[in-house]
Amino acid sequence: MRRWMAVLRTPVGTGAGLLLLGVLLLAVFAPILWSHQANAIDTDHLLQGTSADHWLGTDNLGRDIFYRVLVASRTSILLALLATSIAVVTGLALGSAPAILGKRGGRVATAVVNIAVAFPGLLLALFFAVVFGVGAKGAVLAIGFAGAPSFARLTQTLVAGVAERDFIAAARIAGVGRFRMLVRHILPNIAEPLVVNATIGAGGTLLAFAGLSFIGLGVQPPAYDWGRMLGESLSGIYVHPAAALAPGVAVVIAGLAFNLFGEAVAKGLGAQVPRARWTDRTPEATPAREDDSDAVLVVEDLHVSFPGPVTPVRGVSFTIHKGEIVGVVGESGSGKSLTALAVAQLIEPPGQVRAAELSFLGAPLLGRLPVRSTAAVRRRLLGTSFAMVFQDPMTSFNPTKRIGVQLAEGAREHQGLTRRAAMDRAIDRLRAVRVPAAERRARQYPHEFSGGMRQRAMIGMGLMGAPALIVADEPTTALDVTVQRQVLRLLETIRTEDDVAVLLISHDISVVAQICDRVLVMYAGRVVEDLPSTELATGARHPYTRALLAAVPDLDTALDEPLAVIPGRPVDPARLPEGCAFAARCAFASDRCRLEDPVLIDQVACWHPQAQAEYSNFRTGQR
Amino acid sequence: MSELRFEGVTVRYGRALTAVDGVDLTVPSGQVVGLVGESGSGKSTLARAAVGLVEPASGQILLDGSPLHSRRPLQMVFQDPYSSLDPRMTIGDSIAEAMPRGARRRDEVVRLLELVELDADRVSAYPGALSGGQRQRVAIARALAGKPEVLIADEITSALDVSIQGTVLNLVRTLQRELQLSMLFISHNLAVVRYVSDIVAVMYLGRIVEVGPARDVLGNPQHPYTKELLAAAPRRGSTSLPPPDEALVADAEPADPHHPPAGCRFHPRCPIGPLIRTDREHCLTLDPTAEADHRLHRAACHHAAGVLRAVGSNPPVHLQLKEDSQ
Repeated sequence: MRRWMAVLRTPVGTGAGLLLLGVLLLAVFAPILWSHQANAIDTDHLLQGTSADHWLGTDNLGRDIFYRVLVASRTSILLALLATSIAVVTGLALGSAPAILGKRGGRVATAVVNIAVAFPGLLLALFFAVVFGVGAKGAVLAIGFAGAPSFARLTQTLVAGVAERDFIAAARIAGVGRFRMLVRHILPNIAEPLVVNATIGAGGTLLAFAGLSFIGLGVQPPAYDWGRMLGESLSGIYVHPAAALAPGVAVVIAGLAFNLFGEAVAKGLGAQVPRARWTDRTPEATPAREDDSDAVLVVEDLHVSFPGPVTPVRGVSFTIHKGEIVGVVGESGSGKSLTALAVAQLIEPPGQVRAAELSFLGAPLLGRLPVRSTAAVRRRLLGTSFAMVFQDPMTSFNPTKRIGVQLAEGAREHQGLTRRAAMDRAIDRLRAVRVPAAERRARQYPHEFSGGMRQRAMIGMGLMGAPALIVADEPTTALDVTVQRQVLRLLETIRTEDDVAVLLISHDISVVAQICDRVLVMYAGRVVEDLPSTELATGARHPYTRALLAAVPDLDTALDEPLAVIPGRPVDPARLPEGCAFAARCAFASDRCRLEDPVLIDQVACWHPQAQAEYSNFRTGQR
Repeated sequence: MSELRFEGVTVRYGRALTAVDGVDLTVPSGQVVGLVGESGSGKSTLARAAVGLVEPASGQILLDGSPLHSRRPLQMVFQDPYSSLDPRMTIGDSIAEAMPRGARRRDEVVRLLELVELDADRVSAYPGALSGGQRQRVAIARALAGKPEVLIADEITSALDVSIQGTVLNLVRTLQRELQLSMLFISHNLAVVRYVSDIVAVMYLGRIVEVGPARDVLGNPQHPYTKELLAAAPRRGSTSLPPPDEALVADAEPADPHHPPAGCRFHPRCPIGPLIRTDREHCLTLDPTAEADHRLHRAACHHAAGVLRAVGSNPPVHLQLKEDSQ
């Protein structure tokens, strides 16, 4: 309900809402107020034009057209709504039939809908109009049934989408019957798009109804609606244009009211992206400091914020040197992936990236560049020396293009290679990442690759240039453990052979521990500890790092004790506490922790960094 | 409570894909069977067959020796707590829905919520207001509401953060012990399976390749795939990758369940198979599952240790054959 109210507060929503309300009020009250004027026959003024007495002129019985248009709104809108509800109810019944009837019956229902959808709506309407006979009742039924197939298809699609979800399976296991399943589980979850489409559909129905009445198949005299009025006065359009235009305008306004309202609701309920003022005050790029020639990536006080305002990354600083593997670990919401995306320049507006310094191979990545040509240089630098590997290799390849072509694309763009040379390089790179039968596999499509092979190909794509840095965002999370090890080993080999630096983002501290030189532990958008991975097991000082290590069960976990846990839940970046963000979950928190936010000093951001002895406290953490 | 038994269960999707191929597996009364395997090995399909979400093409699933008719005595907890609870239903209603008719619903819901360590005043909350860990507790409470005799847990912690995972695992273990539930616990994570299970079963390409008491299977694995899984699992304090063993084999493609290899299904990846040891050609043609009952842990490997069955009712005598793998 709150979301519907929010829709009404948008400008389009407010306008459409008011318009629709006006149209509906008119439909309710116009016949009560103005029936008399609309039906008053004035034989002295037949077929007159616009005058002070009759604003829009009179018809062939001398009745006032202006009032008749107002009064006709009830018939027009009522019949349109009736037809829409017939369409929606029939469509719902047909569309949800597969969910109720079971396998065989469902197949029949689906087939019926498929055939019905194949006929154009207008054809169906005319067909039904003839079947049900001429007149308002016939027209309502005709338009209603003609609109049903599209609703049936919509319902079917929506039901199929919901039926895939686990809660439906869970309800089936619990023994919930089919009908109850439809009413309690399926319909509530597809109601919103259905309502939106019904509203938009009402606009269309209104128009269709006017059309039927216009050609004489709809409302019959003495009753009248906009369509009939339009049909009657059309013959005199050159003499009395107002008489023909007025009902036309009424149809347009009422139709617009329904359509706009539907669109506004659809937009409001769909994309919930708050349109915030996007401050484009990007400072000019600052040249990198020269003191660290070995540094591949320098990140200094990085902030990523979104309108809200929330700042999921708050002041992250680190440097990656040549051939170094740096791991970033943290729970979901810790800002680790956003840090990677910010480094890769992949944060889209309305997200904002700020940093005191963000430079790659000595070249600044942030900020406006004074000369345009340097922008191209920056792009080429990123294109050839920077590689990104994502979590889900299925979505990071274009499914319609061959793997080899996709690998070659970048090389042709950034290195100016010919098609042949780029393809050779692609095959060579696939070999380098140990894809068996590289030549054949280069001609295959992404779906022909297994998850692990796709992830290799993705890494191979990064190796098309001569990368200095590979940013890998959860590269092994979607993979099986045995394959995971192979991909990690591959990254390690590339590092040793080509001196490439790797920034590895993972939620799994044991993955990070295995191949990284250094580990950054992130919590609530901050680096809380920065330590060599060899010291993870013994030398971690931040209580969070220790808790994280203790919480992962491994093959040596004691079986007779409960697992160590971290009480509470991760902080919401929109509601950060005043002091240390981890204080609420920390066994060592003092009053100072709740008031003052610790900064990263001596590689740990904690007021009470732990020494070895307290380690055991976490092993028996209870909850 | 009750014993759940799969007897020669085969599940096919369409004609081409046999997801589960003749699986025999027993979940003894009051014990936890941990089922591990990679994605596509058919472990989730086996679970879905047990609760009746898919129909087995052949074989039968027995509860205490009799075929299942109503599915009530089996309940399942799903992997993704964000998709397994109806977002338009309060958690109280979700839990109450799973109860048998005539139960005193309100009291029972409160009791279940307390059982899974959630506040009773959360009854009228919608899933959207809960964190992933809390939702998974609700899902567990809902499964328990059906008064199941066997509980099936399908990757229940893999969608959760590590800090939450522990609390859910602790809860599951406590509940299982208190309620004496029989349980099929499915996970790809060997360390997690080890922590909750009495018996471990390893699945590969639709077949159980090794099964036995958890301690034995993990301590003395017979099938090379089990060994590979063990080698890939993290150990406490390990800060480097295990040395690349048999790199050539390890880099092979995982097998395609649409076209399972002939003979031993693991042979294209096997470090002790025909790829490495050319004399072992029988692996290419001879299916090791046929003789599995005569091997330790019912391992589906020609080179696993055998078991000698003593005459009479004595328990089987385990005989370690000459270890010829490495």
